[in-house]
Amino acid sequence: MSTRQQVLALYLGTSALDAKVVGWARYDGTGRTTPTTGDSDEPPYVTGLDALLDGWRLIQASPMLPPFPGHEYDVSFLKHEFLFEKLVDTRI
Amino acid sequence: MAHFVAHGSLRLDGIVPPEMNEEALSFLAAGVPGIPFGTPVPDAYPEGSLPRRLLGIPQVEGALRSLVGPDPLVDHHAVHIREPKEGSAQPLHADAIIDVRGRAFDVQLMYYPQDVTLEMGGTLSVPGSHLRRVNETDTGRYQNLLGQSRLVCPAGTVVFLHHGLWHGGRRNDSDTVRYMFKIRFNPTVRQQLLWDTSDLHSPEVHEELTRTFPWYEQATGRLEIYNRALMWRFLTGDARFDLDHWVTRVTNEPTTAAPSTPTPTSTPSSPSTANATTEFERGNA
Repeated sequence: MSTRQQVLALYLGTSALDAKVVGWARYDGTGRTTPTTGDSDEPPYVTGLDALLDGWRLIQASPMLPPFPGHEYDVSFLKHEFLFEKLVDTRI
Repeated sequence: MAHFVAHGSLRLDGIVPPEMNEEALSFLAAGVPGIPFGTPVPDAYPEGSLPRRLLGIPQVEGALRSLVGPDPLVDHHAVHIREPKEGSAQPLHADAIIDVRGRAFDVQLMYYPQDVTLEMGGTLSVPGSHLRRVNETDTGRYQNLLGQSRLVCPAGTVVFLHHGLWHGGRRNDSDTVRYMFKIRFNPTVRQQLLWDTSDLHSPEVHEELTRTFPWYEQATGRLEIYNRALMWRFLTGDARFDLDHWVTRVTNEPTTAAPSTPTPTSTPSSPSTANATTEFERGNA
């Protein structure tokens, strides 16, 4: 088995996939890189769509849920999370 | 104070004198014994001890008094050490557990006794994240946020953080051990008008309180301003304070009855109410 998964998490400014990236994380199943917290100030892409254009496959997007009654003004986690993958042949 | 309410932090660069920084490096390397939770400052740190002298530096003393008031309790303290080439960073987190107090807050003093370079993995923090309610490392998936702060500072820098601010020790890729001394303080008084309020109504206060940060989502960013307005109401005791009408608009539910007026009557020259409704329903309104 020589295929490994790379995962990219992008957090966008709205629920639209072509909205601006405001947060990001990477996990590399090939072991070739070791991304970690606070390792870069520059996002890998300007928008979520730019990731698609670069070959990332969207595998999950945050559902759009109404706020819990009584908590409409609370702030917590980022709302617009998009998970992408790339499958990499480690023999290359 | 407005800066602290917007950013969730206050940074004082190089305010500790070099000789104290030198002393602190060996003091921290030797380890600092724990103290019981909620200890008054004089009991936690005897007169003349390094932490007591640190707290006696005028800028530190003034900031602490402005934020939490006189006679705060020491919640706990800790020496944070990032070893050289340690290979990993702390996950992004808020300290302790999720905190749902109304507006009262603790502060965490972070003291850096040595120059901190980017390579040494200075503390990562996320400006304006302190009002987000999360539980400790549940934010660990967020590796980087647009506009984050990766601390690079001169020796003797002290930073105060709101207890809710997202932060974490970054990976130390250098060959130098990095030290930081943290003290968490609990207020013992209501945190209202504790600072120099001579410029309370200056335009700069409004400008600071309405500041947004690059990582804010468009819609939730507005909620941040809403919550900041509530925090400023708490800090000033001004129950009518608002920022750009955000709170006022969504709490406006008048209870006063409108003054009585004559009932309108239809005339051939003016359209009837029924006709107006019909126009609306046709989509012409």
